[in-house]
Amino acid sequence: MAGEDEVTICRCEDVTMAEVLEAIRVHGARTLDELKRILRIGMGPCQGRTCLRLAAGVLARELGVPASEVMRELPRVRPPIVPVPIGHLVLLGTGGREPKGGGDP
Amino acid sequence: MRRPRESYDVAVIGAGIIGCATAYYLASRGLSVAVFDRSYITSGATGRCPGGIRQQWSTEDHVRLAMKSVEIYKNLDQELGVETGYRQGGYLILAKTEREVKDFERNMRMQRSLGLPVRWLEPGEIREIVPELDVEGIGALGAAWNPTDGYADPFKVTFGYARAAERLGAEIFTFTGVERVIVEDGQARGVKTSRGVVRAEWVVNAAGAWSRLVAETAGVSLPNKPYRHEILVTEPVKPFLRPMVISFHDNVYFRQSSRGGIIGGWGDPNEKPGYNFESSPRFLITMARLLAKYIPPLRGVRVVRQWAGLYDVTPDARQITGPVRGVEGFIQVNGFSGHGFMMGPATAHLVAQFIAGEPLDLPLEPFSPDRFERGAFEGETAVVG
Ligand SMILES: Cc1cc2nc3c(=O)[nH]c(=O)nc-3n(C[C@H](O)[C@H](O)[C@H](O)COP(=O)(O)OP(=O)(O)OC[C@H]3O[C@@H](n4cnc5c(N)ncnc54)[C@H](O)[C@@H]3O)c2cc1C
Repeated sequence: MAGEDEVTICRCEDVTMAEVLEAIRVHGARTLDELKRILRIGMGPCQGRTCLRLAAGVLARELGVPASEVMRELPRVRPPIVPVPIGHLVLLGTGGREPKGGGDP
Repeated sequence: MRRPRESYDVAVIGAGIIGCATAYYLASRGLSVAVFDRSYITSGATGRCPGGIRQQWSTEDHVRLAMKSVEIYKNLDQELGVETGYRQGGYLILAKTEREVKDFERNMRMQRSLGLPVRWLEPGEIREIVPELDVEGIGALGAAWNPTDGYADPFKVTFGYARAAERLGAEIFTFTGVERVIVEDGQARGVKTSRGVVRAEWVVNAAGAWSRLVAETAGVSLPNKPYRHEILVTEPVKPFLRPMVISFHDNVYFRQSSRGGIIGGWGDPNEKPGYNFESSPRFLITMARLLAKYIPPLRGVRVVRQWAGLYDVTPDARQITGPVRGVEGFIQVNGFSGHGFMMGPATAHLVAQFIAGEPLDLPLEPFSPDRFERGAFEGETAVVG
């Protein structure tokens, strides 16, 4: 059986528990924002749906504070909320017709 | 939590690429350094930029400085003991008008005279480098191509500098804001932080788009203005794009990250100055249209994230580096517009040389804060503004 260290925290970016612990213990991360920047947690296609909660749990345990405190300042939710194909965005605001120019709408 | 000591040789304000790299080069010269950031390392423009490293500039000083940075980037993994993701994938700068063709010819001549292996590509040759690019649809007349330009990971580079600086004795205090610069008898004496007063012989203003506000606390007025710049990234796709592709005409740039996502930005010519971090639908749609036009197969690829950061813009689009008149020991290293990541290593190294009283590898004079009062400056035109 894999030890706790090998547990995957963020599947999109392939980040393990050991890496999260290192970011906190060695690199001094104190916020989810820092874990995001150091490890790319939550930057993949799922945009943090499960990993942020897991990471928050680990961070709270390591810092000895309740998880709610760590979760109080979540990394900003970046739009779009769900991934959108470029081909759909191109047609936005054109009534579904191909835009003439490619640049400035 | 650790508290700052009473005094240091140098107090650095801001823990982006500039502050962290400056701390590293100062500490490696045996100076005691404290870095203060009111947020975390890379929270400013540094953590929001795509890490492009270009040497194709319209002014000689910029070309020289960028070439110096590239020398540093080439050995940075070894020097800092991290993998910075530095790659020389090249920069392909498309020319869309006759005017651009002429400007590029002149710039390339100057760049080659300084040793840059830049050359002109005809439309057919562009396709050889990026077959997916719709050269005709874009209306590109050709491109300036420099294979030694590239990119690195801004987080890896900046945390790499920060940790290396700490190993050399520098102290970095995050979540510690500087409220004001302490000035006595026309001399910077330290900083008042949210965790108390810290004395220092030198104060370095590396607060990015907030540098103007920091300078004001010392009675120094900088002409810098903050401008929002937006950027997005797509889901990962198969690696197909090695270079950064730019058009000054369309105000756009994009590249493929090592994870496969296409990361790109467009500068809105109507952007007003201000501390605005909102992501706009206007940007999302415009950028999508540009990507679809430049590389039609990207239509099926999904955008996963968009965000915004601030350019710290000076009147000539060139950074401010060096001492200011009126407050001795107060060093400005700011105003980098959209090129602080690439100019960062060389500039930080020069600033450390200056403070340590060593001979400088390159002159700082062209980037002096006084140039605006003197009214003698040449603007950088090769920018995505
Ligand atoms: C969308 C975008 C794309 C870009 N693309 C590129 C590119 O491809 N290549 C390139 O070279 N450059 C690029 N840039 C520019 C580059 O990101 C910046 O020039 C560079 O990161 C500036 O670094 P810095 O350390 O000076 O500033 P920042 O990274 O902004 O750091 C300043 C720090 O100062 C701190 N601070 C502010 N006020 C205070 C205070 N009072 N007390 C304590 N701390 C304070 C902030 O919290 C911040 O962490 C881009 C920028 C953006 C926004």
